[in-house]
Amino acid sequence: MIFIKAFLVGGAICALSQILIDKTRLTPARILSFYAVLGVVLTAAGVYGPFVEWAGCGATVPILGFGYTMAQGAREAVGTVGFTGALSGGLSAASAGIAAAVTLSFLASLVFRGGNKR
Amino acid sequence: MKKGDVWFFDKDIYIKEYASCVGVKEGEGPLRDGFDVIGEDDRFGESTWEKAECRMFETACRKAVEKSGLSDSDIGCLIGGDLLNQCISTSFAARDLGFKTLGVYGACSTMAESMALGAALIEAGLEEYVLCAASSHFCTAERQYRYPLEYGGQRPQTSQWTATACGAVILGKEGKVRIKAACPGRVFDPGVRDVNNMGAAMAQAAYETLSRYFKDGEKKPEEHDLIVTGDLSEVGAAIVDKLFRLDGVNLGERYGDCGLMLFDRQKQDVHSGGSGCGCSAAVLCARILPRMIKHELKRVLFCPTGALLSPLSAAQGESIPGICHLICLEDAE
Amino acid sequence: MKLSTEEYKKLWQKKSPPSPWYKTVPAAFLTGGLICLLGQGIKSGFLSAGLSEKVSSAAVSCSLILLGVSLTALRIYDDIARFAGAGTLVPITGFANSIAAPAIEFKTEGFILGACVKMFTIAGPVLTLAVTSSVIYGVICWLGGVL
Repeated sequence: MIFIKAFLVGGAICALSQILIDKTRLTPARILSFYAVLGVVLTAAGVYGPFVEWAGCGATVPILGFGYTMAQGAREAVGTVGFTGALSGGLSAASAGIAAAVTLSFLASLVFRGGNKR
Repeated sequence: MKKGDVWFFDKDIYIKEYASCVGVKEGEGPLRDGFDVIGEDDRFGESTWEKAECRMFETACRKAVEKSGLSDSDIGCLIGGDLLNQCISTSFAARDLGFKTLGVYGACSTMAESMALGAALIEAGLEEYVLCAASSHFCTAERQYRYPLEYGGQRPQTSQWTATACGAVILGKEGKVRIKAACPGRVFDPGVRDVNNMGAAMAQAAYETLSRYFKDGEKKPEEHDLIVTGDLSEVGAAIVDKLFRLDGVNLGERYGDCGLMLFDRQKQDVHSGGSGCGCSAAVLCARILPRMIKHELKRVLFCPTGALLSPLSAAQGESIPGICHLICLEDAE
Repeated sequence: MKLSTEEYKKLWQKKSPPSPWYKTVPAAFLTGGLICLLGQGIKSGFLSAGLSEKVSSAAVSCSLILLGVSLTALRIYDDIARFAGAGTLVPITGFANSIAAPAIEFKTEGFILGACVKMFTIAGPVLTLAVTSSVIYGVICWLGGVL
């Protein structure tokens, strides 16, 4: 059941984004930024947490989930270490993903070179 | 002789020879038989895309000189341009070519700009032979104006495909196609801000230049066998057609656009059509001039169009100014 | 005929073909859904291997990022994205692609000023805004606890 929900929810988020891109001509960087912040806002509003419970990876794999992870991390860290948690929590929670993306990309740039589009 | 906005060349100035060098995708297109050199890949054996564009530029120039039977020392000067910052393709190719060099920038209208200036130099008696060239490369343009090539963005339907192409012509006092007149363009800005819709940004400039030529040049549209704009592609060409219809002029079948001629839009995924300096330059050398030499076309208006934006101006929210230069070509016989 | 800016705008907008939503939207739905489904599959694998919920979630992100970077390096990602649109942009694989693509592309301008600087041309604003908004949220949580 969770597999079906992940597929449908993830697909729906992407389909909505496609409509947004087609209608508004927003650049990809703006769309991604918007979603990351929206993830934080929806988590703060208490909406996204239950949504993740329900939809699983359908909610966490889209970039909204990145905002969710950071917001949740910030809140939990504030609970455990206090004020400095507000600064450290978000990045700590997302650190594995960011480190993976940066390191792998750098390694890839050492080995591979770009090709033309066809 | 100047009349209104039009320069008429009284001395007989001809296109002596021409050559083109293009990339793989262009070489698979409908004009494949017309190109002199088609690259085996778009790198032209170089390590970076920018070097590849220089090599392509140099190849087209050398090929034109070779075909003309002239020696390098006969070439008075090179007038050329491209789309890259500081026109590095032209300058770096010229470093190897060794000609006196005048670098020009007119975005995708560069070919007509260099030909108009070249003809003026010959008219003035300062030079005997002038080499005019313009180039663009899909990869260098994407890197400078848009996204990295491997980035997964989707191109809107109105976007155009920058041609990997270079065209070079040698102007002189003999040849089969005569440069009758030129009409340098004025810059028009119709307020288009969509960087994925250059055709719309440039179409008004094309309409204005053509209208002024028809007025000052005293030739009617129907007296030409072909009126061809540079790279307005589907969107821009439709706008030009409509603007003339609003004036009660039907350009009809004689109107064409290089951006629609270079690629097969059904089979090649180029959306609205081709663009770039090299688009009009290569179509001129691969299609228009060969047809004129075969006497299939007697009088042609070659009107490359340029979108004069930079990534900086676009980021600052500026609209996109357009320009269009016109060259009138006639069969010499 | 001289058209006003407004009239010209109407004209070019009429002549500009819209995106074929009947193709792009289903394509985005399908690919986006499949990537999320793949993530869910990987996650259940990690969970059944005995990893905790939290570690599995992070591992899913890292796995998909590895996939995104690999497909970018092998020059496949942009070919899929041409079809998929938002379907490959919005999932975490798109974030990985947005870092890997400029890194590979701009290494010709050197590893420091090319690859390392340019790798954040698209992802930079995403990171900046996500970090800032999470910090703001954290401060709000802290204030809520203090007051």
